Amino acid sequence: MITLTVNGMEHSFDGDPEMPLLWYLRDELGLTGTKFGCGIAQCGACTIHLDGYATFACITPISIADGSEVRTIEGLTEKGDHPVQVAWRDLNVSQCGYCQAGQIMQAAALVDSTPDLTDEDIDTVMSANLCRCGTYPRIRAAIKQAAEARTE
Amino acid sequence: MSNNPVAVARIANVSRRSILLGLSAGSLVLAVGLPTLSRAQDAPVEFGADAMPNGWRDDPNVFVSIADDGIVTVTVHRSEMGQGVRTSIAMVVADELEAEWDMVRVTQAPGNEPRYGNQDTDGSRSLRHFFDPMRRAGASARTMLEQAAADAWNVPLSEVRAEGHVVRHAGSDRTMSYGKLATAAAALPVPDREGLRLKDPATFRYVGKADIGLVDNDDITRGTTTYGIDVRREGMLYAVIARPPVFGGRVVSVDDSAALQVAGVERVVRLDPPTIPAEFQPLGGIAVIARNTWAAIKGREALVIEWEDGPHAAYSSEDFEAELEAAVQTDDGKLILNRGDVGAALAEASTRIVAEYYIPHLAQAPMEPPAAVADVHDGSCEVWACVQAPQVTRLRLAQRMELPEEDVTVNVTLLGGGFGRKSKPDFVLEAAILSREVGAPVKLTWTREDDLQHSYYHTVSVERLEAGLDAQGKAVAWLHRTAAPTIGSIFAPDPRQKLPFELGMGLTNMPLDIPNVRAENPQAPAHTRIGWYRSVSNIPHAFAIQSFIAELAEATGRDPLEYLLEVIGPARLIDPSEIGDVWNYGESPERYPIDTGRLRKVTETVAEAIGWGRQLPVGSGLGLAAHYSFVSHVAVATEVEVVNGEVHIPRVEIAIDCGAHVNPDRIRSQMEGAVIMGVGQALTTEITFQDGRPQQGNFDSYLIPRMETAPREINVHLVSSGGYDQPLGGVGEPGLPPIAPSIANAIFAATGTRIRRLPVADQLRS
Repeated sequence: MITLTVNGMEHSFDGDPEMPLLWYLRDELGLTGTKFGCGIAQCGACTIHLDGYATFACITPISIADGSEVRTIEGLTEKGDHPVQVAWRDLNVSQCGYCQAGQIMQAAALVDSTPDLTDEDIDTVMSANLCRCGTYPRIRAAIKQAAEARTE
Repeated sequence: MSNNPVAVARIANVSRRSILLGLSAGSLVLAVGLPTLSRAQDAPVEFGADAMPNGWRDDPNVFVSIADDGIVTVTVHRSEMGQGVRTSIAMVVADELEAEWDMVRVTQAPGNEPRYGNQDTDGSRSLRHFFDPMRRAGASARTMLEQAAADAWNVPLSEVRAEGHVVRHAGSDRTMSYGKLATAAAALPVPDREGLRLKDPATFRYVGKADIGLVDNDDITRGTTTYGIDVRREGMLYAVIARPPVFGGRVVSVDDSAALQVAGVERVVRLDPPTIPAEFQPLGGIAVIARNTWAAIKGREALVIEWEDGPHAAYSSEDFEAELEAAVQTDDGKLILNRGDVGAALAEASTRIVAEYYIPHLAQAPMEPPAAVADVHDGSCEVWACVQAPQVTRLRLAQRMELPEEDVTVNVTLLGGGFGRKSKPDFVLEAAILSREVGAPVKLTWTREDDLQHSYYHTVSVERLEAGLDAQGKAVAWLHRTAAPTIGSIFAPDPRQKLPFELGMGLTNMPLDIPNVRAENPQAPAHTRIGWYRSVSNIPHAFAIQSFIAELAEATGRDPLEYLLEVIGPARLIDPSEIGDVWNYGESPERYPIDTGRLRKVTETVAEAIGWGRQLPVGSGLGLAAHYSFVSHVAVATEVEVVNGEVHIPRVEIAIDCGAHVNPDRIRSQMEGAVIMGVGQALTTEITFQDGRPQQGNFDSYLIPRMETAPREINVHLVSSGGYDQPLGGVGEPGLPPIAPSIANAIFAATGTRIRRLPVADQLRS
């Protein structure tokens, strides 16, 4: 039996321990905010926080999350007011929006963990997350705005 | 993308007409309608929304509802795939309605064109075709609210005025809220179109304003949106399908014993291959149905399938490139343009320049792969799907399920990107077939491998251009040969020539100020499914033509900007049908002429913005391209830096003249996105075939731009040439075609190496 905490709620699972967290979250718990994009850690649409670290849910077997704390986009904040979420809305970052849950989770971890963010930090970390619509310029601008809001 | 190859607005002559009818072959008629061919010969030719299947509607009772609490709900009948249409249509309706923006909500219409008008979200025309009808829907609803208030106060309509979500009586300063008036207003007749008062555009509060937040912002940032892949139904099962690895192949035998042993796998179902032409039919194969997506994927991995590859088993991109190259050497291609006497002019030219360009297959690769949920039972079929063409989906489902159209419901979810892929409902049909088979709701998911290996690919092209220059270096003859498999190949057995709408995407409608122009289209067969991809045939045409113009400048030692403006020629209005394009994106040539003045203006705008002519360090360069598509004029100037054979793009300037603006922020975002998609096309993205099989399977081999490879700086210039009396141009697609040639031209300026083959990949590495 695997037990884990998802967005503050405890769950247990006795199915295939190899099942990636992505499909557990989406199909078993109905938390569809975390997206499927590639299944091989190439696009970042499935980015979640595992014990606070940005993690690709599509290649993380649920067994690895045993005893861990998982946070998804639905549980990032109660009111949707993480500085990254606010900046995303302020700048109309999204186009189709599909990759943005992963982008926001990646960006939130980056902003929360990195003081004095540089463009190079943003390039390095955010290059893990693909956006086919091409929202990168606004993602960069939103991360900078969120980082400023964090330090204020 | 045109979803409407046969609805060519101007049928030039009887022979062309019969060719088109021959191609339509029944299936296409059902797929997209035949609005212009079913009409009597002498009836007026229709354009724009009038010429689309099921046309347009502007009935406020269909598009606007107001609740007792004053909340206004706008029904959006076009699919949202990132272009912002849900926000933009709501802005138009709310503005005419004099509604407060924070009181406006949006709901998505199901597929039902008789009720909503045309819903094919393609061809960059949602606002172009529905700006006026949606204004009228909003204005009609506002007038009905005003009438209801006038009735309540027993005063003439002329004495009341709607503003700020209330109706006010000027004389007595009484007001009534929209919520209070809604029930009475809804009972009133819809006002006549003719007497309807539309707002003075000078008083627009939302239309044309840049500070409107997206209606889906809150849901997107909190993860509460629903895309096709997110739909959940009670008792739902999950499916993936193993499809024939080669288009036209089929299952010979299957051993599913190991698959059925996988925990969670419920059923294995065999699906029939399509008949040819394949149109939007599923590809067939073996489906695995399970209790969750992971089990279905594991089950599919455990299948042992023997395939027969069929007639396209030998399709190889390398061989096909050689075949297309050979085709453009011949002079017996179908004649598609002939002005002046190119043969004589070439013979007399002081200089002749020839170049050939190769543009590969591409996959749309929306971040949300094709996915749908279907629930088929007891004589009804309901689906939830990310579709660009909900009515086509409905018709195809009705046909396949053998149900009347009214028993088929197509719920349109948000689309996690579309780019043309989701115009084709093959994946929705798959879900419905499986649901009917297992008697439960089924969610069908395409993995990324499925998406990249079973797409409706952008075509593959070889473009051969030859020019004759006079003693002063001016182009006096222009010969263009284009060879590429046609989109018509999914609708007819084996057509080998491009359709007029494909040629009208930047080839037959090129505004060249050159006296002798000839274009030919040699044959090219299709060996895979060819489909619309954002901006479609404009991609190869713009790449070849805009690269070639820069090559002519280089050959004559002239400045590329000056040479480009010379080829565009002086400012003038061109009727596209007079230069050889009978299609003109389905629009009236009088209302939508090609305007070389506007093309010059956008070109000059980006040239100035990038600092054209300035000195750059060794290894850096500037490139330009200008292109007219989807009745909008766009130009791009790009700065590149080539280091050790690797191309970096620090800055792109892009200017668009798309007429009047509805949602300037979304015009900007579409240009930003087009630049980044174009960078991928120029540098890295390509689908190649070997043994009939696509060689790219995921984002580790199909390389779309990432944050670090995208341009650091993209500046968008909205060049508007007039007010709201100007017709709207397209926005979603026209940004894309000029990007790749501007990059290739910049690479030449930086390195002296001319890129004639996309993508650049490692061509610059020594």
